[in-house]
Amino acid sequence: MSKTIFTLKERPTVPLETEVFSPDVIAPLGHDEVRALPVFLGKRQYRMEDFFEIEGAGSDELEVRGDAGRVKWIGRGMTRGRITIQGNAGMHLGAHMKGGAIEVTGDASDWVGAEMTGGLIHIAGNAGGQIGAAYRGSMAGMKGGTILVEGSAGMEIGMRMRRGVIAVRGAVRDFAGLQMKGGTIVLMGGAEIRTGAWMVRGTIVCLKPVRLLPTFTYACAYNPVFLRLYAKSLQGMGFVIPCEAHAGAYQRYTGDTSVPGKGEILIWRPHAS
Amino acid sequence: MIRITGGKVYDPANGVNGVVQDVCICDGKIVSEVDGGRTIDATGLVVFPGGVDVHTHVAGAALNFARAMIPEDHRRHQEFVRTLTTRGGIGGSTPTTFITGYLYAGLGYTTVNEPAVAMLAARHAHEELRDTPIVDKSTCVLMANNEILLDLIDQEEFERARHVVAWNVWAAKAYGVKAVNPGGVAAWKWGKDAEGLHEPIPGFGTVTPAKIITALAGIVDSLGLPHPMHLHCNNLGAPGNYTTTLETMRLLEGHRAHIAHMQYHAYGGSDWYSMRSESVRLAEYFNAHPNLTADAGVVLFGTTVTITADGPWQHLLYKLTGRKWGNIDVENETGCGIVPYTYKEQNLVNAVQWATGLELLLLIDDPWRISLTTDHPNGAAFWRYPEIIQLLMDAEYRREQLKGLPAKVLKRIILPELDREYTLYEIAIITSAGPARTLGMPHKGHLGVGADADVAIFNDWQDVRRMFSYPRYVIKAGEVVIEEGEVRRVVEGKGIISRPTYDEKIDDFIRPLFERYYTMSFDNYPVEIERIDHPDVRPCEGPAA
Repeated sequence: MSKTIFTLKERPTVPLETEVFSPDVIAPLGHDEVRALPVFLGKRQYRMEDFFEIEGAGSDELEVRGDAGRVKWIGRGMTRGRITIQGNAGMHLGAHMKGGAIEVTGDASDWVGAEMTGGLIHIAGNAGGQIGAAYRGSMAGMKGGTILVEGSAGMEIGMRMRRGVIAVRGAVRDFAGLQMKGGTIVLMGGAEIRTGAWMVRGTIVCLKPVRLLPTFTYACAYNPVFLRLYAKSLQGMGFVIPCEAHAGAYQRYTGDTSVPGKGEILIWRPHAS
Repeated sequence: MIRITGGKVYDPANGVNGVVQDVCICDGKIVSEVDGGRTIDATGLVVFPGGVDVHTHVAGAALNFARAMIPEDHRRHQEFVRTLTTRGGIGGSTPTTFITGYLYAGLGYTTVNEPAVAMLAARHAHEELRDTPIVDKSTCVLMANNEILLDLIDQEEFERARHVVAWNVWAAKAYGVKAVNPGGVAAWKWGKDAEGLHEPIPGFGTVTPAKIITALAGIVDSLGLPHPMHLHCNNLGAPGNYTTTLETMRLLEGHRAHIAHMQYHAYGGSDWYSMRSESVRLAEYFNAHPNLTADAGVVLFGTTVTITADGPWQHLLYKLTGRKWGNIDVENETGCGIVPYTYKEQNLVNAVQWATGLELLLLIDDPWRISLTTDHPNGAAFWRYPEIIQLLMDAEYRREQLKGLPAKVLKRIILPELDREYTLYEIAIITSAGPARTLGMPHKGHLGVGADADVAIFNDWQDVRRMFSYPRYVIKAGEVVIEEGEVRRVVEGKGIISRPTYDEKIDDFIRPLFERYYTMSFDNYPVEIERIDHPDVRPCEGPAA
């Protein structure tokens, strides 16, 4: 199948908003129609071709080349296909996404996969804050799908998420899983402060010791069965979670009791060898 | 000059029921004959007087707070992009000011009454109303928890209280007087609610909700305000509250009064699990007492935001929903609560509420005394009125909708037994002629000679929901504002206010209380008449001060 390739002519000075950047919009279009798609720079409307060199007609495979760190809303609400970004991606990458896959070779900014309901986003570099989060005012953040970050991530990741998985290999900043209502966050590189604040349900798995709020209470040490399923699934994507009883156990803390919540933070503690 | 010719005219105030006749307009008024000007061929169309909404929260501090609290609602709903004639904005459950005007006009409505303006926020409310185009606007000022007034009632100084109320109406550039949970909001400042109609209010001596209700209704009558006391009864929303409502209506014998959003006050049962509709008992009493008018406050399923001066109730609702909650304390005058809410079809309480609103509209015999409202945005946004019209006009459709409700609810409502279907004539009454009469606006809600030339022209469709959603033409004060589904011209509406008479010396009584208890200085408090664009000062028939 052919690809549609977008090469950014130069990094825009102010963010460029490209809500049309989705296979659902682009696939049925011919080359000229793709070039004419509307994008917004500030309050002014431009054509896609004003900012990108475009190769090929519309297709389900989109590739973005160049530093798109100031290009917002790539993959917004997409339901199918694949977007590959050779470089950085701007804010709101894959927000409201329902299906398909997004691959970023560089860094991504804030609000990756915000309020998404399905699909896969894989970031090879670092990501910003509010990954899979709820937009301000919304009751729930991501409700499905998977977000994988190889580098570090910012604040409030998985804020108010209800379902789905976020896995971060590097360190994350404050308020991971803030007001979380469900779903799973895997923190392989540890977190800064206030992890799981106000969480009502859901699971945060930490492979490194993490500073807990006083409103989390210790429950037990165990190796939950469900985690094997997650481990198996994430292993295929290169994220290895330990879950063998001979290697160690998870310390289970429940909270946040200030809400009061029934969430859990599982902290991996390997057996002394 | 405009001549509307060939249309089927529904003008209940003048007894015109679907008669094909011409309507002539000159200089913003309905006239008997015009010579020349534009002719609108309304052959096959239906001609209504412009809609009048007696109770809709379209401006003010509380509404604006609600707007700020629900960005998620703004994202979910239609955005309005600026055109050559209209400004941009957002729709949803709390549309922005300009959009409110366009949306109301887009339904054929030309007059709205904002029924809850706190005196301290009146200036803000009028600023917003000025930016609400096309429709004419009136307001009611909140009085039933005003501490200065409550003290006077406590001391039985009714004559002085009368002057204070009149002073407040004029200072707020209001049209009428609103009472919300009389005494209850004052009690809320002590973390309590008004317990019963005859229990004293915390912080006062002997004053009770009953005393406030009768005193205020008497004052409004004696001031001769065109609109009776606009009353939001105590115990809104609570199971079993119909007894409070009945008792309140009994207290009001001998007075005029308007019972706002009656649906929220018509529940039986003792808790959320046993809650049922008591619309029959309320309608029975109401039908026999022509001193009262009401509006329905219908609930429709969906997500909206609830806004009311009834602070204690909103706290309870927040506890029930666990969602967001806003609470405002308006100094010595009132309070306010805001809670986003979703009415769900499968929720027993919500299903009872939905049925109760429709039952009241169907059980109250005299359509002149019950107006169509949703207590916007509390029960649903006003732009959903056509859905209610469909439910009222089509008993078969109503039965279809009942199938979506939980089976258990059928024992708690009587809607399935009601076969009444509204006629177009009756719809014209509950959406226009009736509320205009309730508001005491003789120049509104009809198409007789001398009335304001506010006219809505609809397609004569079987599908009434579609028919009332998309008027063919809307004429406001003689200008065609909506044509073929588009806002063609934006005019500015009037600010309708009352000027009750009072003793100017009442200033000397109020001023020292202000200096002592208020954060705002007395001289900055009243809204100047210059703040009202196109003021339309209505006379009061009260005794001279």
